[in-house]
Amino acid sequence: MQRALKFLGVESVITPDPEVVRRAERIVFPGVGNAAAAMEVLRERGLNQALREAFARGTPILGICLGSQIVLTRSEEGEIECLNLIPGECKRFVFSDPALKIPQMGWNRVRPVRPHPFLDGLGADEEFYFVHSYYPRPEDANSVLAECEYGIVFPAVIGRANLVAAQFHLEKSGPAGLRLLRNFVAWNGTARDS
Amino acid sequence: MLSKRIIACLDVRDGNLAKSVKFVDTKEIGDPVETARRYYEAGIDELVFYDITASSDHRAILLDVVSAVAAQVFIPFSVGGGLRSVEDCSKVLLAGAEKVNVNTAAVQNPRLIADASRAFGAQCVVLSMDVLAVPPSPAVPSGYEIVTYGGRKRTGLDALAWARRGEELGAGELVVNSIDADGTQEGYEINLTRKIAEAVGIPVIASGGGGKAEHLYRVLTEGKADAALVASLLHYGITTVVELKKHLDQRGVKVRMI
Repeated sequence: MQRALKFLGVESVITPDPEVVRRAERIVFPGVGNAAAAMEVLRERGLNQALREAFARGTPILGICLGSQIVLTRSEEGEIECLNLIPGECKRFVFSDPALKIPQMGWNRVRPVRPHPFLDGLGADEEFYFVHSYYPRPEDANSVLAECEYGIVFPAVIGRANLVAAQFHLEKSGPAGLRLLRNFVAWNGTARDS
Repeated sequence: MLSKRIIACLDVRDGNLAKSVKFVDTKEIGDPVETARRYYEAGIDELVFYDITASSDHRAILLDVVSAVAAQVFIPFSVGGGLRSVEDCSKVLLAGAEKVNVNTAAVQNPRLIADASRAFGAQCVVLSMDVLAVPPSPAVPSGYEIVTYGGRKRTGLDALAWARRGEELGAGELVVNSIDADGTQEGYEINLTRKIAEAVGIPVIASGGGGKAEHLYRVLTEGKADAALVASLLHYGITTVVELKKHLDQRGVKVRMI
């Protein structure tokens, strides 16, 4: 992710320090691995509180992959409480068809369902790189910005106020991913740019 | 629905792009970083770099290649060749690779798969297997035997059993490379690929023998592969990523079009 930001000419720091998170102009919140383990690390370091404060203050925040799951209220992965920045739940894929392998790993189409500055310039059929066994499910349908189909139709991009979060890896999704990352970097954190 | 992936394989020797025929007669054919960038811009879905550097003194060169690729190529790529420990794997991942590729070292020490899978996640660990067709025997009932050291050493392991074991140990994907088909450009080993794809629940990448778009079509449909590895086909300009995808798309195979 830092390499992709650098490629776009954007300076970034990787930090475990909640003070740096509080002062940041914008925050990218990527993540892979286990939701319960990630939440524990965030709590131990006081980063959960720092993220909540940054969110409340209007700092533009981008969650990616696991970062799009733990912004919800809770996760089925470890049955845990998460950050609750977007009300909702993170669910596990359950398929009876063995052809639908879990995790979903590879390129899949993402279809925008609500206009948002983050999705500017995104065509109807563009593909992004996914690696995941769980997916975000916000309570409010208005929080779903784009969808993807893999056995079921699930939210691939969610957002609320100054937060957007993608289940796929922007930084591994070629020019389409870089476009969304550029959109995020230019975004002022309001749902509509006017 | 997931797209079928086309993955370009780049053999790297002492920092140069090389191409082998049946694992011998390697020759140098270009700059891997420049080639990777070109394929990326043409819409390749993924890249694999195999380090075939003979001398361990030159291994550090590979990490420079990985870093240079990661700075300008924003799709997943894996790195393999000579990774013997979790620490070796960690180095290439930190340099910017998305996945590691283990082969001979995993046969010698299957725990490497489990350890790497625990340390980095199964999605980061690709088990690459070189397979030779042999007469079926009690030890190798499928008639497909695992070989190591780039095909020079027979192991007595049945390829189907090894594929299942790899999945159990925590591999996230399998590369199935047919030694018989490698470098021939006469088509993938469809039967082998299908047997393995039916035996495991993780993605299978067919490797060895891709010589034209028709070959990719067959292995991605009849062969049930999730992805096809190509090398000579692109390196020698026989076809392009765009042409391959157009062919597959027209025949109803879902691929990522850009």
